[in-house]
Amino acid sequence: MYSMQKAEKMQALREFAAEIRVETLKTIGSLGFGHVGGSMSIVEAMAVLYGDVMKVDPKNPRWEDRDWCVLSKGHAGPCAYATLALKGFYPLEETRTLNKPSTNFPSHTDRTKTPGVDLTTGSLGQGMSTATGAALGNKIDGRDNHVYVFVGDGECDEGQVWEAAQFAAHYKLDNLTCFVDNNKNQLDGKVDEIMSHGKGIGAKFDAFGWNVIDVADGNDVEQIYDAVQQALTVKGVPTCIVLNTVKGKGATFAEPSGAHSSQPSPEQWEEAIAAAEAELAAVKAAK
Amino acid sequence: MSFTLIGKHEKDKRNCRDGYVQAMLELMEADKSVVHVDCDLMNCINTGKLKAAFPDRAINAGIAEANAMGVAAGLTATGKKTWMHSFGCFSSRRAFDQAFMSAAYAKLGVKILGSDPGVCAAYNGGTHMPFEDCALYMSVPDAIVIDPVDYVQVYALTKKLTAVEGRISYMRMIRKGFTTVYADGSDFEIGKGVTLKENGDKDQATIIASGIMVDESLKAYEKLAEEGISVRVIDMFTWKPIDEDLIVKSAKETGAIVTAENHNCTVGLGAAVARVLAEKCPTPVEMVGVHDQFGQVGAQSFLQEAYKLTADEIIAKVKKVVGRK
Ligand SMILES: Cc1ncc(C[n+]2csc(CCOP(=O)(O)OP(=O)(O)O)c2C)c(N)n1
Repeated sequence: MYSMQKAEKMQALREFAAEIRVETLKTIGSLGFGHVGGSMSIVEAMAVLYGDVMKVDPKNPRWEDRDWCVLSKGHAGPCAYATLALKGFYPLEETRTLNKPSTNFPSHTDRTKTPGVDLTTGSLGQGMSTATGAALGNKIDGRDNHVYVFVGDGECDEGQVWEAAQFAAHYKLDNLTCFVDNNKNQLDGKVDEIMSHGKGIGAKFDAFGWNVIDVADGNDVEQIYDAVQQALTVKGVPTCIVLNTVKGKGATFAEPSGAHSSQPSPEQWEEAIAAAEAELAAVKAAK
Repeated sequence: MSFTLIGKHEKDKRNCRDGYVQAMLELMEADKSVVHVDCDLMNCINTGKLKAAFPDRAINAGIAEANAMGVAAGLTATGKKTWMHSFGCFSSRRAFDQAFMSAAYAKLGVKILGSDPGVCAAYNGGTHMPFEDCALYMSVPDAIVIDPVDYVQVYALTKKLTAVEGRISYMRMIRKGFTTVYADGSDFEIGKGVTLKENGDKDQATIIASGIMVDESLKAYEKLAEEGISVRVIDMFTWKPIDEDLIVKSAKETGAIVTAENHNCTVGLGAAVARVLAEKCPTPVEMVGVHDQFGQVGAQSFLQEAYKLTADEIIAKVKKVVGRK
């Protein structure tokens, strides 16, 4: 993959993203309800990480030298489950047990259950700290790997996010990159109305001593890819990549409202999956 | 205390959360010092209605429970009667130090509401499934801990707790509708259990339950009656201060106790009842509850089976405890 021309690489990542979107919808759709909004907004970033950037071994999920990915916004689990399945960590069908009795695919990501999930999350804010700890541990051991963590813009209400940010900058964790899924919505409504972020989340990370990159379209694989490449060159400080995303992106029933969780009708599910499949076909045709 | 038992195992059209919201609408209307602090979960318990009616006294603190608890304590210091809400897992674990020091130790009586108790967290799974929330708050000196069962009880207790000053309280709350146990107008006293069923000296054991286990206990009562086994059923909605007199009286009169809770029983209602009995009236006890396990994801019905929070398990434990007399 690394030898491909950039245009070809971007095409492959766009296809991977479109596939993740279809499979994430099918995963949640197999149950009929769930956290669609926050799963959809990070699809492109997950495609870039698992489609190109991250070194992982599906046959050896706990490989010591792997790169790590932590969904601190753990309710986006279904997007991770679809991504890891497509990457070959387990068969796709298994994701359809989402939230069913004795499943290995619970609403929130769980390191004891799902191969490829690096840390357990669900209580917002905590994944930011555990990812920071993992980055420090890898640094102590001198590993040449990287830890990526996703936090929600609502999640950034938690003081713990900023305690971790302070720690990561203090310990110069340049092997840590934090994506902020800046989809402008939290559970009760718009972030600006529920709990606003002063001069902006990027400005806050900047004040905490981080390298900050703002990605204008956080659902564009090329912009994300470029930001990650830049982050990997920065030494001595952790990087925060603010992804300006759309909550519910590409889910026909969720995108217009930016809904946090959705329980659409079976017809609406069919419509959404069909639309995502059409998008996948269109992306493939653009080759 | 005066109550009317319905107990027909039917779902209430009104959700438990509506009992809280209705009581709060009345309280906030009558008393300007009543406030509600939420943590980005207004949509989950419909406290948006409070915000619509009283925009400056229904406060969204965002996803920041520890801060919300501190803010609630500060509000209480200015004379506000303050409720703080998040899911049970977060309004306990995530804000516990603040609840302990800023509120309880400082004698600022914040009223804490924890929604989706135990298996009611269902599809949110193990990360969100508190089997320890009441235990944490029972460990706080002088705290009041309540596990209510239906709309009517939540409505009545929201009003009672709002009037309590100087000590914290923690009330669990089932978010969605659950089985109706009480008729409208029923009233409850904090710290007093409610004897729902009794048949004098025929009773061979007492079931002490709360929350979702009350209805399971009533079902067990009926099935046991068909087998000719008479039991007493108590709704012990207050876990702390627990009704020691009623526990001792039931133990003396029936000679055997079964506890039933949607919580880790090794540190919950079962443990609290056993402590009273060990000190005051040693009696065989069997516990129905979660035995020191973590939560997991699934439908509530699946989880009740998985953790044996069922009428059948209560029946089995009744038979076992009677055999131990
Ligand atoms: C500590 C904690 N408090 C509350 C919740 C409940 N909760 C789950 S998701 C969510 C909103 C998250 O908003 P955001 O971080 O913006 O996520 P996104 O919009 O990307 O889905 C809330 C309040 C939680 N999971 N953890």
